[in-house]
Amino acid sequence: MSTQISIRQVKKFFQEGARGVPVLHGIDLDVGAGEVVLIMGPSGSGKTTLLSIMGCILRATSGSVRIAGREVATLPERELPAVRLQHIGFIFQGFNLFPTLTVGENVELSLDLKGVPTARAKEEARRLLEQVDLADKCDSFPADLSGGQKQRVAVARALAGSPSLILADEPTAALDSHSGRNVMRILQNLAHAQNKAVVVVTHDNRVLEFGDRIVRMEDGRIVSTTVAQGFQTPPPLPAIGEWQSA
Amino acid sequence: MPPLARRNLLHDKVRLAVTLTGIVFAVVLIVVELGLFVGFTVTTSSIIDKSNVDLWIVSRRTPYIEQGNAFSERKFYQVLGTAGVASAEKYIVHWAQWKTPQGAQESVQVVGFNTHTRLGGPWNLVAGRLEDLRTPDAIIMDELYKEKLGVTRIGDICELAGRRARVVGFTRGIRSFTTSPYVFTDFKNAQAYTGLPEDQTYFILVRAKPGTDLPALARMLESRVSDVDVLPTAKFSSMTRFYWMFTTGAGVAVLIAAVLGFIVGVVVVAQTIYATTMDHIREYGTLKAMGAANSYIYRVVITQAGISSVVGYVLGMFVSIFIVRASASGGAAILLPWQMAVVIFFLTLLMCVIAAIVSINKVTNIDPAMVFKA
Repeated sequence: MSTQISIRQVKKFFQEGARGVPVLHGIDLDVGAGEVVLIMGPSGSGKTTLLSIMGCILRATSGSVRIAGREVATLPERELPAVRLQHIGFIFQGFNLFPTLTVGENVELSLDLKGVPTARAKEEARRLLEQVDLADKCDSFPADLSGGQKQRVAVARALAGSPSLILADEPTAALDSHSGRNVMRILQNLAHAQNKAVVVVTHDNRVLEFGDRIVRMEDGRIVSTTVAQGFQTPPPLPAIGEWQSA
Repeated sequence: MPPLARRNLLHDKVRLAVTLTGIVFAVVLIVVELGLFVGFTVTTSSIIDKSNVDLWIVSRRTPYIEQGNAFSERKFYQVLGTAGVASAEKYIVHWAQWKTPQGAQESVQVVGFNTHTRLGGPWNLVAGRLEDLRTPDAIIMDELYKEKLGVTRIGDICELAGRRARVVGFTRGIRSFTTSPYVFTDFKNAQAYTGLPEDQTYFILVRAKPGTDLPALARMLESRVSDVDVLPTAKFSSMTRFYWMFTTGAGVAVLIAAVLGFIVGVVVVAQTIYATTMDHIREYGTLKAMGAANSYIYRVVITQAGISSVVGYVLGMFVSIFIVRASASGGAAILLPWQMAVVIFFLTLLMCVIAAIVSINKVTNIDPAMVFKA
């Protein structure tokens, strides 16, 4: 299993007036291809900040972030969009689909950003929608879809251009349990069948069974890492416990 | 590229209507003001531009055509005797008082020319014949001023400078910038109407022989004929235009109104494009989070501005053409030459792109981390 993202001693301070408020205290985390890592913890524990740093949306105050072997923590701001575009697919809690575009166009847009020619983007968008079982909704608008369907469109969009790392922020929070499990099953399948590294930030205990590893955070620190039975962790970080299905 | 710009624009139809109304308003205002400016400019010098001569000889330091001073016709014979001169004609443009059949007084400009050579004569004659001007009291005027001068048809008799004046023809579209209509008549009649002594003239019109070096001829005439300026037609035309449009401030006023139209357009369009951008700010944040370069997002915003400007321009032109046609029968001509239509198209584009800058500034500063806030 090759490591897709490797984080070492990442610290993050937010400036509040004259003083810096620490949010992350030296995080170490590796996520390998073919693995689903769930990051859990109470509100304010730093999960979303960590996800933002992994997604090159926020910059760490210090520490190292390597994506596909390339150090990105020291890259200039203007180079980060290209890293996101090339390596990372995002799934958001609120779906963040473009309401004025059809389902197909939403996926095409992501391909267009990556420079895929229009005709090929149309074909590819349809193929990706087939993967999430929504090919028949290609010409529908997001407003005509259920929450679960919207999130599946978001998954298809995240997969556009075949990024190696999928980062999902609370992807099941706005969904009923059936739809949430459905989405998580797709993400798990992406990791296991397509060898993607999938990181999911979640509060939702119902999705625990889909994680290969569960990282629990509190107060900006990783307090435990639980590995699913039979799952081989990536080399640098040892497992510190065994996860029991809830 | 998926049609994000177009769809976002069409998404809120009320806002789109407001945007287009703003652009149409600006386009019409710019067309009307620039059209008035062009119309005024053409009108001020039309007599000179249509004179069909090469040089105008005027008394020294005459700034524009209405300000001509009389000089001796001896100079006319000096001009005729100059090598390179093919023909020369004495010419009058001078104020006189018109009395309508109803007894009202109006100021007019009497234009006296040689009815045989027709240099400096009227154009667009729609009724009557130029030859009819050779009778002692004959005049031709423009049909635009019939009502103002109390004239209804050919043969009407009026009073010009206390003398009888008989209408023998009408022109179409020869406007006067000064609101005093041009009254064309034979040179001899014009002398009588303007009280100019028989041995004097206000201008001399010169046609050069083919192949003559005009600047050289002008220099030679200035050296031979004392106390006059010898001006190429184009120069005298531009002097007259400049005087009326800029020295009097008339042109500046309409230009300022055109600039105001442009500014109003920018403000209205900027407001609506900004509001549209704010409506879709989360989508722009998503684009940035996905890795879109700022230039990609600028393209979306500018495309919106571009679509608005093209649609607004087309609608604005429909309204403008209607106004321009309606003005044809009025005292102030609003002209819309195709070159001006092209310039206004690019002005409209520029207006919308400037309007988009505020929005571009906003999306440049979006923090993509906003996408993680539910």
